[in-house]
Order: sequence, then C-alpha cells, then structure tokens
Amino acid sequence: MDRLINIAAPPLDTEEARARREADAPHSPVASFPGETLRLDAGLVLHDLQIAYQTYGEPNAARTNAILVCHALTGDQHVANVNPVTGKPGWWETLVGPGKPIDTERFYVICANVLGGCMGTTGPSSTNPQTGRPYGLDMPLVTIRDMVNAQAMLLDHLGIERLLCVAGGSMGGMQVLQWVASYPERVVSALPIATAARHSAQNIAFHEVGRQAVMADPDWHGGHYLQFGVTPHRGLAVARMAAHITYMSDQALHRKFGRRLQDRALPTFGFDADFQVESYLRHQGESFVQRFDPNSYLYVTRAMDYFDLAAEYDGVLANAFRGSKTRFCVVSFTSDWLFPTQDSRAIVHALNASGAPVSFAEIESDKGHDAFLLDEPELSDITRGFLDSAAKTAGLPVARDR
Amino acid sequence: MTGFAWTRAQPLDETAVRTSGGRVDLVVVAEMVAPGSRVLDVGAGDGELLDLLATTRGCDARGIELSREGVNAGVARGLAVIQGDADVDLAHYPDDAFDYVILSQTLQATRRPRWVLEQMLRIGSHAIVSFPNFGHWRSRFDLVVHGRMPVTENMPIAWYETPNIHFCTIRDFVELVEVLGARMERAVALDSSGHRVRFNMPWWVWNLLGEQAVFLLTRK
Repeated sequence: MDRLINIAAPPLDTEEARARREADAPHSPVASFPGETLRLDAGLVLHDLQIAYQTYGEPNAARTNAILVCHALTGDQHVANVNPVTGKPGWWETLVGPGKPIDTERFYVICANVLGGCMGTTGPSSTNPQTGRPYGLDMPLVTIRDMVNAQAMLLDHLGIERLLCVAGGSMGGMQVLQWVASYPERVVSALPIATAARHSAQNIAFHEVGRQAVMADPDWHGGHYLQFGVTPHRGLAVARMAAHITYMSDQALHRKFGRRLQDRALPTFGFDADFQVESYLRHQGESFVQRFDPNSYLYVTRAMDYFDLAAEYDGVLANAFRGSKTRFCVVSFTSDWLFPTQDSRAIVHALNASGAPVSFAEIESDKGHDAFLLDEPELSDITRGFLDSAAKTAGLPVARDR
Repeated sequence: MTGFAWTRAQPLDETAVRTSGGRVDLVVVAEMVAPGSRVLDVGAGDGELLDLLATTRGCDARGIELSREGVNAGVARGLAVIQGDADVDLAHYPDDAFDYVILSQTLQATRRPRWVLEQMLRIGSHAIVSFPNFGHWRSRFDLVVHGRMPVTENMPIAWYETPNIHFCTIRDFVELVEVLGARMERAVALDSSGHRVRFNMPWWVWNLLGEQAVFLLTRK
C-alpha cells in the first residue's frame, strides 16, 4: 500500500502539531460563550461553544458596514491575512482587502471558522471541556444551519445587528442562502457564488468516497487517532486528491498538465507519479493533511450533504425567501461541474418566484469550481458593482474614486 | 383597421433624454412607465433602460439579458439583471409580479414571440413592446425595388447573421395583439429620424412612415 500511494507525511510532524494547536488555541481572536448553549439540528445541545474569527477594517459608528464572509469546506477564517499554518496568503485576497471589491477600507469584514472546523471553532479536534480529551466522534453532527446559528451568536457578541452583505462560494454560498432564510431581517444583501440550494446526489457520492478513504485508513482508529498519537493522513490525502479533481475542469487539467511527464523523458512502467497531473495531486494531498483535521473533513462534508434548503420549507425553495427584502447577486462559472450553472439558476428561479430582487451572472472560465477563489476580473467587477449599490441603498458614503 | 388615437405621455426631463444617449425609443418607453412602479426589462442589454427607469422614474427595475457581457456590465453597474433567455425563463415568474414588463427591440429576436407576449401579459399588468417596423417604406423599397432584404440603421445586420428571426410590421403586430385579446392603451411610431409620427393617422400610414413602434398593452 505504502509503495502504491507514496505520500510522505510522517505522523504529527511539526507542521501538523502546529495545525493541531489551532483547534484549541488559534492564531485568531476567539469568542466563547460560557453558560450559553447552541441547539443543533441533530437534536443535541453544544456547551461551551468557541468561535475563532478574523476581522478586517473598522465598523462605522452606526455599525451598518459589516460584511460576513463565509468560507468553503476546507477554508478557514484567514480570508485576507497570511495563514498561520501554511504561511500562504489569505484564501480570498483576490477579492478582500484595501481597495479590493470587498474593500476593507470601507467595510468591516468578518470571517469565522465554521462549526465543525479545525482552526479554532468548536469541532471534532477541539478539546471536549467535559472530558478534557478531543471530541473525536463524540462531537455531534452539525449542519449548515448550525454553522449559521453559531455565526449569528458571534455577530451578537460583536454587536453587529445587520449585515450589509453575506458573501461566500461553494459551502460558503450555502451558508449565505441559509443566512437569508434564517435571519432575513439581518441581511441587506447576499452574494452566493458557485453554490446550490441543495447538495446533489453526485456531490454526496464524491464526499462519501472521501470519507470512506479517511475511515479505511487504519490510523483513523474509529475516529480516536489523536489519542494514539497518529493521524489517518493517507486516507485524508486520497480524499483530497479525489476532491481536488472535482474542483477543476478537464480543460484546466489539460491546459496545466496535459499528458506531460514529471521530471522524466519516458514512462517508468511502474506506479510512481510519471505524469505531472499525478505529481500535482499527490502534492495537493500531502499539503492538505498538514493543515486539516481528518475528522473535521468528515463532519464538514456531512454538513454539506445534509443541506437542502427547500426541505425546510415544504419542498418549495421560493418559500425560503418569501417576504425577504434582501438583494441577491448569484454567480456561477461555465466550467464548474461540481456546482453547475443550473444549480444557480434554480436559486434564481426561486428568488424570482418569491419576488426578491436578484442579479445573476454566469462567468465564462475554464477553471472549474475553483474559479471563485482565483483572479477572475468579471467576478471582481460584479462584486464591486453589487456592493456599491447595496452600500448606496444602505446610505453608506460612496466609494472614493480609484 | 381604423386609426389609433395617440395620447401624449408625461414627458421626461432633458437630463433623462441625455442619459439615454439619444435612443428616443427608450425615452418613449420610459415615458409610458408610471413613476415608482415595478418593472421587468426583458432583453435588458447593458442595462441602459433599467438605469433610465431607476434614476428618472424611481422604479424598482429588473432585467433579463441573454448575453453574458450585457449581464455582467449591468450587474457591475449595480443593476438587478439576470442571465437568462426570454423564450424560457419568463415561465418562472409568478402572475402579476410586475406593473410593467418591457420588451425593447427584442421581440423580433425571440423564438416564440406569441408565447413571450402572453407571458409578459401574465407576469405584468402592463406590457410595453418596441420593435423595428418591417413595413416601413424603406424596407418595402429595398424588397420591391432592389429585391433584397433591408439593412438599415435599426436593422444593421445582414440576413445571414442577424439574430432577428421574427420580423413583423406594425399591422402584423396589431393583429397579434387582437389574437391575444389584449388591449392597446397607447401606441407611438417613430420615423427614421427618431421623431414621433405626430398625427392621428390610419394604421397603413403608420405602417409606412414608422421605422419603429412602441405599444403599451394591458390585459382585457
């Protein structure tokens, strides 16, 4: 097995130890809610919730300029600063920062690690205060709505009553939709990108493959690997490799790698990474396991699987947005086959049916689902225009000329 | 068919005409819209009319546009525009969702003009339709004298490349309105220099002199 998938990641090396520390003592401000409980969709109650978050910019006097950014499956709260675990730039620095479309000189931008995550918000790798040991699988399953309810507690903690905008891509977009459904009066505008109102059967299937890879790794130990001082890094790496394919497009893979060989002129007639695309995927798998908790991967993928917004509203998605005054801008990408345009269109049709003001743009890109994280000038222009008009409606000062 | 009593709408101020960049048909359309109403512009282009309606009429103006470039330009201007196809997407709007549904210079490019008009009258209490008149004397001249499909300022693209697949004349349109059982509230014809055909005339004169026509329809 080791020879076939040669992923060099010794258990709990220094980087991993660093990542592990983030779960309890993150490099981020932490909001804790002693004595408060969070009632979960699973029917259980979570005590001693902790939320790790980052903020950028300053709230105005009326506290009307706050924008909540929601991160995707393997993202975190480090939107626009150097990531303390990877040392890489924030995951949405293309869009968030001073003078950027989500302008931190105008807006007060907040991003929290999701419930079930591993970067400081309560999740399976956090220490269970009742046992003093990591939760592991004792952590109750969480849903997208639970994540949003936790974020609402954070906003109360920060003294933000209304959000000028909630924005996010992929699973972040699911949270955006849930925000408007759960707290319509708290959201002035919503920017769901490359997302869907329900996770498709195909996407649940991909997630199941990933989870099975993690759970099939003997180092998973039924979810209690931390107590054994190991981590199912092989399983998680395979999960990441499979998932990574779904984030790209055939076209982009061809453009980037084609059938080119990796540092060799001829195939080796073995199972080494002959092709550049193999080498790339292995690298993606290896670097992912350095920063992400395997149990978190199980929990957060599960939360996405369970997401079906219409189900909460008698199967009619339009009912989720009925009476909402929130302005929407829905964005999809032509080559995204994980959250294809038809998913976005279904959201738009529901919004039309409910009478909500909505814009919808499909952006031409060959970069697949990942396009929402990459430098897409049209996404920048649309985001800027949408936020400018939302800010105008909310009576904020106009943007200064750039 | 008899002549139609042309009634004068509330004129827009000069700024409005200027911002419309000289497209008189857009001003004519905007003048038919009551201030503060809910409007859907089908085939919104880059959002020029939406902008005009929002800024000068205080309308809640939304648009549908087929071209990605048009949509992205409109959304970047802060307008509520969705990427969609009039021939398909109008079905997804509920009854009476808007006060006005506008089809500006787009009817001739739809695959199902009759269906589109029916949907417009279902979704909105008013429908406003503007289209190039194929019955204009110049078109007839091109056909009869030159024996060729007309190419004019309003119809600038050659027959083999034009997206305009359903041209009609003013008389044709009036007939369709009758078939649909809709009521004509107002009609304006614009001559080739963009001026209104000012007088009450029989339809055949309008059909000859009007290069473009704008109709305001309601359900009977």
